[in-house]
Amino acid sequence: MAGGSQRVYKQRIKSTQSLKKMFRAQELIAASRIGKARSRTAAAAPYEKAITRAVSAVATHTSTQHPLTSERTDTNRVAVLVISSDRGMAGSYSASIVRETERLVAQLQGEGKEVDLYAAGRRAISYYGYRGRALKAEWSYGSDNPQADVAGEIADTLLGAFLAPAAEGGVGELHVVYTQFVNMVTQRPRVVRMLPLEVVEGVAVPGEHEALPLYDFEPSPEVVLDSLLPRYVRSRIFSFMLDAAASELAARQRAMHTATDNAEDLIRTYTRLANQARQADITQEISEIVSGADALAAS
Amino acid sequence: MAELNVDLVAADRKVWSGAAHEVSAPSMEGQVGIRAGHTPILAVLRPGTVKVSTTQATAVEAHVTGGFISVDSDLVTIVVDEISELSGREPALH
Repeated sequence: MAGGSQRVYKQRIKSTQSLKKMFRAQELIAASRIGKARSRTAAAAPYEKAITRAVSAVATHTSTQHPLTSERTDTNRVAVLVISSDRGMAGSYSASIVRETERLVAQLQGEGKEVDLYAAGRRAISYYGYRGRALKAEWSYGSDNPQADVAGEIADTLLGAFLAPAAEGGVGELHVVYTQFVNMVTQRPRVVRMLPLEVVEGVAVPGEHEALPLYDFEPSPEVVLDSLLPRYVRSRIFSFMLDAAASELAARQRAMHTATDNAEDLIRTYTRLANQARQADITQEISEIVSGADALAAS
Repeated sequence: MAELNVDLVAADRKVWSGAAHEVSAPSMEGQVGIRAGHTPILAVLRPGTVKVSTTQATAVEAHVTGGFISVDSDLVTIVVDEISELSGREPALH
């Protein structure tokens, strides 16, 4: 019996120590990637700014109607794109994005709409796959390092669905659920209604003291708008994905930091228990010897 | 001589930025050439070569797959989908 519980405690200490190493490594990896993810977000900003400015210039100077900016009344289908992560170990990141999506879906269904789900990131795909809920399309793309071409593919699929006739499953609205990177400690799930586009946003370009100039459009305002709007959608979706990537890494870093701390606590507790068990074993052994000797002396 | 401020941006980064005296880009219906004092214009680009002649008499050329160009009081923004080749001066950033 002696040493039995000691051995159990030692095993637990050992396995917790190796877990701690893994958590620490994950934490460091996430921490080193956050900086890169944030600089990529910053690098994509000029493009988005330029395109937003151009779109609002066209929108303010022409009365051109475009399919992407007009409401559809012929269908009650709506599309929901959820941007989640590929891997776990990021605390409540995946859970909260899925919860937000479920809330949105319930709300849309409450309004009598049919919801088509599009999922990006393996966590969301497996969540819906496990529950047997059909996804219209799915992308697992390396969620902590999104590329512009994947964003383009996602945007093209969704634009295709929006422009499709109602009989072929065309959707009237597109909502995007992603995680907004507020700062290193706060990341918020956010729902954005992407389509139909509301071009009014961004018309007042910040820091602009003069009105937007009167542009010449070449070849024509319609063609310019035709070419701009899909690019605008693509760039927005790309920037959502970049934001989600930064959030994912921040969430992972924090979760892994907590896990490392917890592992340290556990190791401390187990060490104390192991010491206690060792002391108890020694005490028991001594008292056995003493009482054995006593018994011999008495006889 | 008045200068143009040129920003050449791709989807995921700013490619080139600096002063130039002439920009030439392939528009849908031909070629647009821009010098200082050009009227504001928004033009869609077709695949081709964008050429930026800088004030130091060097030229930056980029093969692009499409995009658009906007000119507004000597501020030229060239927004491209993808740059397959960039020659001339090295990117002036980072």
